[in-house]
Amino acid sequence: MPVAAPLLLSALMFAAGVYGVLVRRHGVMLLMSVELMINAANINLITFSQLLRDPVGNIVVLFILAVTAAEVGIGIAIVMMLYRQRSTVAVDDLQLMKW
Amino acid sequence: MVSGGIREIAWLVAVLPLSAFFLIVFFGKRTPGAGAPIGILATGSAFLIGLGSFADAISRGGIVERSITWISFPSFHLELGIRVDGLASMMFVVVCLVSLLVQIYSLGYMHGDIRYTWYYAMLNLFTGSMLTLVIANNLVQLLVGWELVGICSYLLIGHWFEEKENSDAAIKAFLTTRTGDLGFDIGIFVLFVGAHTFNIGQLQSRVASGSVSTTVITVGAILLFAGAVGKSAQFPLHVWLPDAMAGPTPVSALIHAATMVTAGVYLVARIFGLFSASHAALAVISVIASITMVFAAVLACVQRDIKRVLAYSTVSQLGYMMAALSVGAATAGVFHLWTHAFFKALLFLGAGSVIHAVHSNDMHEMGGLRRFMPVTYATFIIGSLALAGVPPFAGFWSKDEIVAAAYTSGHKLVFVAALVTAFLTAFYMARACTLTFFGSYRRLPIAGGATDEHHHEHDLPHESPRSMTTPLLILAALSIVGGFVGIPGHNAFAGWIHLGAEHHGEFVPWIAVLSIVVAVGGIALGWRMYSGAQFGFGIVEPLERLGAVYRAALRRFYVDDFYLAVFVRPVQYRLSAFVYNILDQKVVDGAVNAVGKGTVLVGRAVRATDEGGVDGVVNGFARLTDKLSFGLRRTQTGNVQRYAVGLFVGVVVVAAVLIGGLR
Repeated sequence: MPVAAPLLLSALMFAAGVYGVLVRRHGVMLLMSVELMINAANINLITFSQLLRDPVGNIVVLFILAVTAAEVGIGIAIVMMLYRQRSTVAVDDLQLMKW
Repeated sequence: MVSGGIREIAWLVAVLPLSAFFLIVFFGKRTPGAGAPIGILATGSAFLIGLGSFADAISRGGIVERSITWISFPSFHLELGIRVDGLASMMFVVVCLVSLLVQIYSLGYMHGDIRYTWYYAMLNLFTGSMLTLVIANNLVQLLVGWELVGICSYLLIGHWFEEKENSDAAIKAFLTTRTGDLGFDIGIFVLFVGAHTFNIGQLQSRVASGSVSTTVITVGAILLFAGAVGKSAQFPLHVWLPDAMAGPTPVSALIHAATMVTAGVYLVARIFGLFSASHAALAVISVIASITMVFAAVLACVQRDIKRVLAYSTVSQLGYMMAALSVGAATAGVFHLWTHAFFKALLFLGAGSVIHAVHSNDMHEMGGLRRFMPVTYATFIIGSLALAGVPPFAGFWSKDEIVAAAYTSGHKLVFVAALVTAFLTAFYMARACTLTFFGSYRRLPIAGGATDEHHHEHDLPHESPRSMTTPLLILAALSIVGGFVGIPGHNAFAGWIHLGAEHHGEFVPWIAVLSIVVAVGGIALGWRMYSGAQFGFGIVEPLERLGAVYRAALRRFYVDDFYLAVFVRPVQYRLSAFVYNILDQKVVDGAVNAVGKGTVLVGRAVRATDEGGVDGVVNGFARLTDKLSFGLRRTQTGNVQRYAVGLFVGVVVVAAVLIGGLR
């Protein structure tokens, strides 16, 4: 099985996610970038699961999807609360916890 | 060794008065009666236990000894214990009874005293200390009681310490007895080194078994006797006892009859097994006792102060007891202690009653008191007859036993001294009684009234209150019957006491007759000389006819002057000046000041080191930390994305290292 294509996809997705996390100011965009990185990892897991004929990778991905759904729910809720409290979701405006 | 019985709780006899002391000291003033009832109750209970213990000792005999460990080292074992035999039980009865009667008597005598509560506390401490001494089963515990008795006597003799004379007398008593105690302390040490025990029973059995060297026995016995010489006022340390009259009269009664001066006699009787093993020690005792009894009896004849007559009489009678012990008749000596306790307490309390009424100690100012104070008169006469040795009163039986023992054991010196003393005793008691109770009342209101603070209320003396006369009556009864327990032929007393290794004085009829003749002769002479004597304002003392002897006796044969010149003055002036000026001011203060200055210098150096060195390092670290953290805290920007950059860079680095490591 050719693995180069899915791994390249995964790498590109991860790079896009990292870029998003480090650069985007919008909180929701940050969360979306994190999702990109997680799913890049998922593609990696499935790829190697198929390559090695081992179903554990697939199973782990199912768990990760469930946990990620919960995580996104909490993340979105935090962003909403931030917006209500501070009327902004730009992360570089939220610098209260510093020296 | 006997078990069980009331003697198991005999320790209470000593503990009760000691507890009463603490109760009275701390709570006495807040209780009804200002502490006196506590003392009387405690001593009364102790008396009952003592009586039970004596009854038990008489009926079953033997020794009850119990002890607990006090201090223990591999080479040194010290116990705290009781040793209750007939002798100790007899002392319980004597000490508690006299103390009880003295405390009851003091209700009247000390009424309204400025330190009334303290006085009762001290009486109880005194009693408890004496009982600690009596009950002790080892010499160290005995020493504790011994010294406590000494300090109590100091405090009670100086009870009215506002007058310098009284505090001087207290100091004299303390220092004189301490002089003897020095020997006592060394004696205990010598015996411990020689016999390896403090225990009284063990000590005597080791002496009896011959495992202790004769030198140790003799030296130890003589050193212990030195303590007894001080405590029991034997020549040459007798000087404190007459001055001890400065204390309240009931205290004198207590000291003379029960709690202090008998301690020396008791000590010798208690470890008689030790003393009887050394002929040298017994010889020393017999010489000192003989000198003491005659010497003190002579001095008693010339005293004008009624209490001083009795004081010298006590010294003399203690000589009698010691003499009895020295000839081996320990039981006779203890028997005399027993009878003497009753009649001497009686005489002192009687004298106190007289002084209470007349407000003077001087017999030349008394006279004719028999009409004013019938109870005091009758009881005092009974006590005097007992002391003079007239049958059937108590003193006769014990005194005769001693005289007979001295004769049958071949101690001529003691025998002659005892007879001379018996004569002198009868004489001075006849003199005292005649001067005090017969003739006409010589203290006229004008004569001494002006200086007397109570002059308005007694132009004439009157009988003392019931609290004072009741003890007199009880003691008078005991002075009559107290001797019947030791009648020759039926000597129950000897069976009660059980002293080993002794010489029983047999009854010698001609000696008994002789001592009666001597006593009656003394009384007759005293009566003849004083009943007709005329005392006016220019008082004539019949004994003045003796000339130089009389004057020397008045000066106490210069013993006190000798001590004053040889010991007191040099110490007072030269030694104390030397100690103050050189030793204290220069040496001690110099050393103290040098140490002080040195400490200051060291302190300064330490301070410099502390501030410069230690504080510098500590502060330096603090400053460094401050600087570093000031720079470092700038990295905490609060910007999440910068943290994420750091995280990412970190992951990349770690990944690079791992991948590099795989190659």
